[in-house]
Amino acid sequence: MIKKHKGGDDRINILLMGNPNVGKSVIFSRLTGVKVSISNYPGTTVGFSQGEMIIPSGEVATVIDVPGVYSLDPVSKADEVAVEMFEKGDIIVNVLDATNLERNLFLALELREKGVPMVVALNIWDEARHKGIEIDVGKLEKELGVPVVPTCAITGAGIKELVEHLGSLRSKTFHPLDRDRKWEEIGRITGISQKIHHHHHTFLERMEDISTRPLTGFPIAVGVIYLSFMAVRAVGEGLINFVFDPLFENFWLPVMNRLSGIMGGAGFAHDMLIGKLIDGRIDFGQSFGLLTTGLYVPLAAVLPYIASFYLILGILEDLGYLPRLATQVDNLMHHLGLHGYAIVPFILGLGCNVPGAMALRLMENRREKFIAATLMATAVPCVAQVAMIVGLVGERGGGYLGIVFGTLLIVFVVKGLILNRVMKGRSPEILWEIPPYRIPRPAAVLKKLWMRVSGFLTEAVPYVLAGVFVINVLYFFGVFDIFANFFAPVLNKLWGLPKETISAMLIGFFRKDVAVGMLAPLGLTNGQLVIACTVLAIYFPCIATFIVMARELGIKDMLKAACLMLFTAIVVGAVMNMFM
Amino acid sequence: MFGMNLTDLNSNETAVIKTIGGGPGVVSRLMSMGIRPGVNITKISAHFWRGPVTVRVGRTKLAIGYGMAKKIGVGK
Repeated sequence: MIKKHKGGDDRINILLMGNPNVGKSVIFSRLTGVKVSISNYPGTTVGFSQGEMIIPSGEVATVIDVPGVYSLDPVSKADEVAVEMFEKGDIIVNVLDATNLERNLFLALELREKGVPMVVALNIWDEARHKGIEIDVGKLEKELGVPVVPTCAITGAGIKELVEHLGSLRSKTFHPLDRDRKWEEIGRITGISQKIHHHHHTFLERMEDISTRPLTGFPIAVGVIYLSFMAVRAVGEGLINFVFDPLFENFWLPVMNRLSGIMGGAGFAHDMLIGKLIDGRIDFGQSFGLLTTGLYVPLAAVLPYIASFYLILGILEDLGYLPRLATQVDNLMHHLGLHGYAIVPFILGLGCNVPGAMALRLMENRREKFIAATLMATAVPCVAQVAMIVGLVGERGGGYLGIVFGTLLIVFVVKGLILNRVMKGRSPEILWEIPPYRIPRPAAVLKKLWMRVSGFLTEAVPYVLAGVFVINVLYFFGVFDIFANFFAPVLNKLWGLPKETISAMLIGFFRKDVAVGMLAPLGLTNGQLVIACTVLAIYFPCIATFIVMARELGIKDMLKAACLMLFTAIVVGAVMNMFM
Repeated sequence: MFGMNLTDLNSNETAVIKTIGGGPGVVSRLMSMGIRPGVNITKISAHFWRGPVTVRVGRTKLAIGYGMAKKIGVGK
């Protein structure tokens, strides 16, 4: 009954398609089990989720959450991907927003013309009723010519009926209509099947209005960002102090001590796996062995912040706040050669530059990607680094902290202004939907969190381990000292920093927070400390960020960006050295 | 009221879309999002210094860049 093998494998492909912000991903998480993954569409950086489900015939089918589109007429990269993925579909589940039937029907009419078995999920059904929208499902089904199931993905209502339909869909042919005819047809269908009654504005709707207007929206944006950071910090620190540190100290440390004892406390293998003993003890932060620092840093120092960061971000996303924030800052971003959505990689980058670099794929063109990547890697320090700088520089006086972060802010703005001038092209004009606020569903937020955290673990942990391994090999064979002696004069002349800071600079390629920590015992003057911290933040991204950025930008642009960063660091450090 | 465009409207003012200018890609994208001639459009707000314009069309709220908004002709 249903054609298989269209996608080349032996499974039925079910595609979830619809406009952006119609609750497609919530339906996705309702349909699929735990075996889900986010992948990149081959050859592009557009991400999509994939999972599996059992359909009524008892077969296992692949469910794909296709990026949201308004029509099958591709205008952006994400659209092209969606249209290409459409070709592999054996069954289409077209998710419609019942509160916005008219606009959603355009894609539905396009999809039904393709003759692929299709069912319509009329989602956000409950909210439509609250908003005074009455849709006669029977009439809509008759006029549309395909089965229609009202659903409320948030509560799960209608999902069972939707699944039942998947077993009995048939392919149908429809007379193709041109664009104007489609809108006429939509007018006819909604005229027959939809009635709209007056209703009073809800609290969320009133919030929508005040957070979209510039006068009230801007203070709200500042407040939301501030509260988000406090929440990220609180959750992250809580996880470290009460979960990960105790786990490492109480369970992993005894194992490592035992292993260190067996290996005799020194030697090549010991240095590789356990690392150097600090005052005769293993120090997870500084020993630099694969099994000590190599595991501790990604799992206990970074993962908690990543997890808390993605938790808060997921809530803001599902609430529908990000498009509003992007609209608020669009104007400022345009002066830096970007558009409003560039705020997302920057915010993410403040948590950790790695997910920030991943978010670069939100940028539509190469120019924007390049500018956003360069600005983030140069002037947006990650939360771990910020924490170390605050601890170390803060002791010398708050004014010095102001110099470090003020310099970074100036670098951010000036570099953006310059890049916007010198690079060919313009930042694209924005056009996006501002979805209504919706209360996030905890299960959906947690599922997304899990997908992102597991993505981080598989992507970042190997790089940290590789980095620690390489640095250990270099250290063991004395390459490190050669480097240090070679670069020391440069460091001293340009930035006025003593020779010893070179090891921090080198470690900075792997872990910037660890690098800042290494400055502590060097007895630097206030000025030297400020310069060292600023330069460390600017000169190069850490290796994990570098690799993710290289993947997003391509190696050529990445090298250009890296040269720019080094150049900026040299100039900024030298200028600071003149004044401090 | 000849020659008015979206940026000329006041906040909370409603008008009818008359023309849509721009490249074919932009026009088709605007149309699929519900911005098409003959439809009522309400301006919600404008952001300072030629910032984006936010509008309501039917039940959809959109943020539109200033340059694009200038090319959407409206009338009463």
